[in-house]
Amino acid sequence: MYSDKVMDHFTNPRNVGEIENADGVGEVGNASCGDIMKIFLKVDENVITDVKFKTFGCGAAIATSSMVTEMAIGKTIEEALALTNQAVSEALDGLPAQKMHCSNLAADALHEAIKNYRGKSA
Amino acid sequence: MKRIYLDNNATTPVHPEVLEVMLPFYRDFFGNPSSVHWAGREVSGAIEKAREQVAALINAAPAEIVFISCGSEGDNHAIKGTAEALRDKGNHIITTTVEHPAVLETCKGLEKKGFNITYLPVDRDGMLNLAELEKAITDQTILISVMWANNETGNIYPINEIGAIAAKYGIRFHTDAVQAVGKLPVDVQKAGVHLLVLSGHKIGAPKGVGALYIKRGTRLTPLLDGGHQERGRRAGTHNVAGIVGLGKACELAGEHLVENAAHMRRLRDKLEQGILDAVPDNKLNGHPDRDRRLPNSLNISFAYIEGESLLLNLDMYGIAASSGSACTSGSLEPSHVMGAMCVEVSLAHSSTRFSLGAETTEEDIDFVLEVLPATVQRLRDMSPLYDCKKTEPCEMCETVKRI
Ligand SMILES: Cc1ncc(COP(=O)(O)O)c(C=O)c1O
Repeated sequence: MYSDKVMDHFTNPRNVGEIENADGVGEVGNASCGDIMKIFLKVDENVITDVKFKTFGCGAAIATSSMVTEMAIGKTIEEALALTNQAVSEALDGLPAQKMHCSNLAADALHEAIKNYRGKSA
Repeated sequence: MKRIYLDNNATTPVHPEVLEVMLPFYRDFFGNPSSVHWAGREVSGAIEKAREQVAALINAAPAEIVFISCGSEGDNHAIKGTAEALRDKGNHIITTTVEHPAVLETCKGLEKKGFNITYLPVDRDGMLNLAELEKAITDQTILISVMWANNETGNIYPINEIGAIAAKYGIRFHTDAVQAVGKLPVDVQKAGVHLLVLSGHKIGAPKGVGALYIKRGTRLTPLLDGGHQERGRRAGTHNVAGIVGLGKACELAGEHLVENAAHMRRLRDKLEQGILDAVPDNKLNGHPDRDRRLPNSLNISFAYIEGESLLLNLDMYGIAASSGSACTSGSLEPSHVMGAMCVEVSLAHSSTRFSLGAETTEEDIDFVLEVLPATVQRLRDMSPLYDCKKTEPCEMCETVKRI
């Protein structure tokens, strides 16, 4: 059902955890649909220097969370805002069709965290 | 890698003795049992022998057994066939919120055709209130349909008592006994049922065969129109090998019922107690009294984590189980059974079912108990719900309701 890349990120998720005094925190999803993703950001001079995540959800939810952290680290805020859920799932060699809308929220969580960061620094 | 199969409520392996008796009907005896010549005669006897074997397991007469293709067909036949045959008598059917989709979706279909359906609620343990069932009966009620045992929780429903209520009001009674047969003694006469469904692949026979018990004198409109097979009750050339296999599986189930049930019960209890003791923040789903659940079933939720991710982790250890999470049901909502029991929604997403079989070993259970606690903890450490310092009640505490 899942690609090898999804299974790799699911079994060895990168950047799990929280960041104390994070510059931005974003959360999307809710328990009803079975997926909650929380993203923590460290930002230095408009560049994302660290990202961590915590996720409640299925294999796809955990894998996309892990992937988005890898993709976001080192990017500028603007570059990170241009990341889409679609790009995350493509980087994982695709997700099963029924997972595309419910568990593919990782970029949204990242964008929420950026919004939170901007709100703070504004 | 070890392979540990704890998903026997989904399907069971074909019993080697069952396969053995089936093979000649693929290799040598290819006849159509309805034919008069030698090729037909070679197989028609085998069909009738299987009919006796199935009948014996549930204390029916062979003539009351109709071979069908699966449990779902039986539920459709029993309910739609009654609705049509008794249309002149009334348009009300009573069932429950925890039935298998084969019953629920059939009833929903009938609602669109003008039938009124009462879906009886269950309590938090998943049990029915029989006084409520009795109150729901009207002069329009033509059928009561209650499953013998639930596939997700293993809860056993008081079929004999429900049969007595049905008899008191002269109402037809159907039971989906797909999960009960082979795990519990099933006696159609004691239970007072008019219709009962069983499915081969849940009891060591192959997929694609089952049986519908139709009590003598029960008027039922056929689901399939066609030839005169099964005395006009079910058209279609017989699945001969499957039926022979079902017969053998029923014979074996009857012979080993007591020992198999005791074996599964002992290991299930060990697994249940082991998990309850070793994994904090769990919730048992179903009746807390182990006597009121199937001897092979355990359904448990682990707070803060989601079921599919747990199943994938267990699968990496070779452990096969199942979950009530939306992600495994192919829908957006978790199991309707968890919803009917008012299980909190995130717990419903984490509900995990272990269903044992006669082949399950002590080593299997020990291995699950060895790896499960750390696996749950690993996922919890990843979850934003775990150990969250939030104290205000969060929106996570809503319950799912569907029907
Ligand atoms: C309680 C119950 N009823 C009906 C069915 C459907 O049986 P089948 O798969 O043979 O159609 C199942 C199987 O999942 C079941 O557990």
